Amino acid sequence: MNLFAIRERARAAWAAFALPGHPRILVGAATCGRAAGAMEVKEALAAALGEHGLTDSVPVFEVGCNGLCYAEPLVEVTGRDNRRVLYRNVDARIAARLVESHLVQGEPFMKRALCVVEGNPLEGLPKWAELPMIRPQERIVTRNLGFIDPGEMLHYVNRGGYTGLERALALGPKGTVEEVTRSGLRGRGGAGFPTGLKWGFARKTPTEPKYVICNADEGDPGAFMDRSVLEGDPHAMLEGLLIAGYAVGATVGYIYIRSEYPLAVARLAQAIEDLRAYGLVGENILGSGFAFEIKIKKGAGAFVCGEETALMASIEGHRGMPRAKPPFPAVSGLFAKPTNINNVETLAAVSAILERGADWYTGFGTEKSRGTKTFSLAGQIRRTGLIEVPMGIPLRTIIEDIGGGVDRDKACKAVQTGGPSGGCIPGHLLDLPVDYEHLAEAGSIMGSGGMVVMDEDTCMVKVARYFLSFTEAESCGKCVPCRMGTQHLLRLLDTILAGEAAPGTLEQLRGICETMKCASLCGLGQTAPNPVLTTLRYFEDEYSHYLAGEVRRYRIEAESCEGCRACAIACPTGAITGDRKRPHIIDQEACILCGVCLQSCRYNAVSFVFEEKAAR
Amino acid sequence: MIEVSLARPADRVHDVCRRYAPDRENLIPALQEVQETEGFLSPEAVDAVAGYFRLSPNNVYGVATFYAQFRYRPPGRHCLKICQGTACHVQGSGVLLDAAQRTLGIRSGETTVDGDFGLEELACLGSCALAPAVVLDGVVHARQTPKKLNTLLEKARS
Ligand SMILES: Cc1cc2nc3c(=O)[nH]c(=O)nc-3n(C[C@H](O)[C@H](O)[C@H](O)COP(=O)(O)O)c2cc1C
Ligand code: SF4
Ligand code: SF4
Ligand code: FES
Ligand code: FES
Repeated sequence: MNLFAIRERARAAWAAFALPGHPRILVGAATCGRAAGAMEVKEALAAALGEHGLTDSVPVFEVGCNGLCYAEPLVEVTGRDNRRVLYRNVDARIAARLVESHLVQGEPFMKRALCVVEGNPLEGLPKWAELPMIRPQERIVTRNLGFIDPGEMLHYVNRGGYTGLERALALGPKGTVEEVTRSGLRGRGGAGFPTGLKWGFARKTPTEPKYVICNADEGDPGAFMDRSVLEGDPHAMLEGLLIAGYAVGATVGYIYIRSEYPLAVARLAQAIEDLRAYGLVGENILGSGFAFEIKIKKGAGAFVCGEETALMASIEGHRGMPRAKPPFPAVSGLFAKPTNINNVETLAAVSAILERGADWYTGFGTEKSRGTKTFSLAGQIRRTGLIEVPMGIPLRTIIEDIGGGVDRDKACKAVQTGGPSGGCIPGHLLDLPVDYEHLAEAGSIMGSGGMVVMDEDTCMVKVARYFLSFTEAESCGKCVPCRMGTQHLLRLLDTILAGEAAPGTLEQLRGICETMKCASLCGLGQTAPNPVLTTLRYFEDEYSHYLAGEVRRYRIEAESCEGCRACAIACPTGAITGDRKRPHIIDQEACILCGVCLQSCRYNAVSFVFEEKAAR
Repeated sequence: MIEVSLARPADRVHDVCRRYAPDRENLIPALQEVQETEGFLSPEAVDAVAGYFRLSPNNVYGVATFYAQFRYRPPGRHCLKICQGTACHVQGSGVLLDAAQRTLGIRSGETTVDGDFGLEELACLGSCALAPAVVLDGVVHARQTPKKLNTLLEKARS
């Protein structure tokens, strides 16, 4: 089928989805929506519609993540007046009220209404674009998330999809590489290497066949951008993969996706089937002579397989261990053939860039960091979710405006970016512009987009230990600096936290970090010291307490304690006692200093002081 | 839960393998599907896979043990995985893990004596915005507390 005919069909499909004057319901049904109960909500909606005889007149669609994850489950209801109202925190009971109030009586259910997505304004309700969480954002990669049915390729087409591929085929491979180069796009998988340049290398290597790979391993714990894109708009990435394949001259594209994302895998499989049915993968795509196949490979649970050479070893059916570079994948990659590998977000940006042009794309971001970046905002922040912002935006705008500030009105102690390879940016640096250069200067990295906010009570030494425990477990063991280095760092951090570190431990820590940075084989070992180095750089005083033999000792303030028992239930050793509604106390003998009570108290009644360990 | 047919394990495994061409590239996907149908990689299963791909069993173990996904003992009837990713960690997933270990009387990586529950740790399942998250029998549950988790476990048990 040619694109003209596909677009005809897309218009018809879209008309059925967004028919003026016809009510409909959208349910946010990405993984985290489902985790919050979206499927029960969907059932309750269906039941309520049935009760009112609306089953045939009000279709219910599943959509992807619109980014307001904190308010899940999210439901959007459109009445006959075409006004689309988004509702937050819907459960089965509220679902029935929505149907009754909004659809039967024609009155939006204001108690749970979050905003008007489209249509006539409603008194007292902001518009979608005016939401504090949305206003600073610029949605390119996430352009369709939450607004289309991700299982329906034609929806993507109707919103401009596959125009980029059409344009690439017209530009030719060389022209396409030039367009991407001109856009200034840099890889979103972590390292930020210029995408056009990388494509050029693979294009120029004469060996055949060539491969392209989409890296959807998303191993950074605390990051879910790639998952959201693949679940909510798989074609945005797939179009980019087709364009990459065409530009470098590849015949097969692999998608390496972690097996923890079953929904994304299912959506991809469906999307690839649709592409085949419409002739967008296979032989002679759109009559251009370009032939391309796409295969999905599921990861098997190894963080290091996000590293490109390890990933390729894993696709080949080996242990996923990195190898030394050069040769770079562009020369000798998968099955020792020229290979181009890009991250999900990079490819989803590519499809937009080819659709709208490099000049349009360079209008976003900064000189050296063009375009936008997605982040998954998580941790101790009011509004968690998936966001996309122009490069160079101050970190403060993300934390305070988009995220609504730290939970429980606490101060922001640090923002962790880049996951186990990244670092902790201290609260006093919140005015830092978020781009590759500034984050690196601050000792962290852009990374793939995980952003975890930590409040004032967080123990930064424990944070460093947490990341080291992760990298220590995930080190593949091939090279000594990483294998032994992570073990040593972890052990040293443990002695520090126990208040038993010998003098000179900090120097020892720094020394190991330096060795690992320059001597490790792959990015895992080279960057694993970052969490230690940044916490040492900004929070050395916390290390000092532990080095002076002090530990955090927890107390419950009787005046603030409501006797809610939350801490007592949470305490792993049963060290907290007290009657309901009476101040609780901590038995210091039984306390193992885990700090859980501090986190579990909603009334800020638990606090800590550093005290000599011996004073126990 | 896993349904086990009456055929011999080696035959079942062979049936799974036959869906793949015997190329090295298909070794991991085949192992993944074997684990899906069998619940774990038994010595017989590994032997059968090795035979099909013309590799030695040691070679297959060498690959499989590199990846955290593969198990070598039968899983519990129910499988509880608790996320220990960064977002869940700062929102108290350590407490959840502690609580689950106490309730079930096992450590993570183990299965209860009655074979009812297996407990595993997980590094992020992408529901970080609604941390802490757990997966019980393939279904993700968000914003967990020890109390909610106990209710989940009780429901699963009955
Ligand atoms: C330990 C380690 C883990 C990585 N994990 C990922 C990942 O999960 N996703 C990803 O896209 N890139 C990851 N990378 C980066 C890849 O090696 C590679 O640079 C990237 O996929 C290139 O794509 P890009 O140019 O589009 O960014 C990782 C690198 C290292 C060293
Ligand atoms: S740096 Fe670590 S993960 Fe990378 S090759 Fe060396 S041991 Fe393996
Ligand atoms: S710090 Fe941990 S062990 Fe001590 S009282 Fe609090 S919860 Fe219990
Ligand atoms: S809004 Fe549902 S996953 Fe983000
Ligand atoms: S960190 Fe737990 S779901 Fe991501």
